Amino acid sequence: MEDLSLHILDIVENATTAGATRVEIRIIEDTKSDLLQITIKDDGHGMDSQTLKGVTDPFVTSRTTRRVGLGIPLFEQAAREAGGRLSVASEAGLGTELTATFQAGHIDRKPMGDMGATLVSLIAGNPDVDFVYEYKRDGKRTSLDTRSIKDEIEGFSTISDPKILQLIQEMVNNPES
Amino acid sequence: MAKLRVEDLKRIKEAAKGTVNLRAGEYRVKITVHLGTCGIAAGARKIMNFLLEKIQKTGAADIILTSSGCAGLCNHEPMMTVEVKDSAPVKYVLLDEEKATKIFDEHVMNGHPVSKYALSVGSETTY
Repeated sequence: MEDLSLHILDIVENATTAGATRVEIRIIEDTKSDLLQITIKDDGHGMDSQTLKGVTDPFVTSRTTRRVGLGIPLFEQAAREAGGRLSVASEAGLGTELTATFQAGHIDRKPMGDMGATLVSLIAGNPDVDFVYEYKRDGKRTSLDTRSIKDEIEGFSTISDPKILQLIQEMVNNPES
Repeated sequence: MAKLRVEDLKRIKEAAKGTVNLRAGEYRVKITVHLGTCGIAAGARKIMNFLLEKIQKTGAADIILTSSGCAGLCNHEPMMTVEVKDSAPVKYVLLDEEKATKIFDEHVMNGHPVSKYALSVGSETTY
């Protein structure tokens, strides 16, 4: 993966496959403490402790189309290479919360990438799932909740309308414009 | 935060008013982009965004764009499946924007599959 937004897309696809109806993506960047933290929380069907143990093992996967699962191991590698770590907490029936930390200024820390494109791909592919996105950088906060957008446009259109998705992408990538 | 919530929601609402809502279930073409780990690493998000742009430019309201996971043919990613209603679905492999444009113009818009970019029939294994 070239950047963190692609890892996020991949991990959130896991969440939607796990039957999540609401996924929260929270990113905190703090220059002073040189920390970048990405948290992805879902209300999908979660994992039991046995499955959770093997979650960063590439040869453990729930898929049936092939025998390796690389999404979480690759994300963990990206975190470790940048002086951070990855942890996953989960409970069967309740959902999963994944946290990845990075040294924000580490030379091997992958760039954030196009979060707008990631969110738009997620919304287009999973129009029934609600996504919460929050990005905090040194006290500045950008956030988006697809639930409130859905409520706003109800009766006019749907959130998977390309025109609306493009607006969302612009909003996420240029919050000040 | 305030800008995102208030002003932009209004913008979205304004934009929504101009669209015809045919997306509630009725569609003529369904495009599925494979967004597994392999697909994403190979550039599937770019294809997804590119197709969204294409759909928006045509203004067509009867095309559904959605995503799926890994199909087990990771070396063929990025992949997408085009399903024109009442026709057999066609899987396209090793996509780039140029191929996606041709597939969109010929298959999605005009109903003629682009066989040279499709997964060859009968010579694939799925593991």
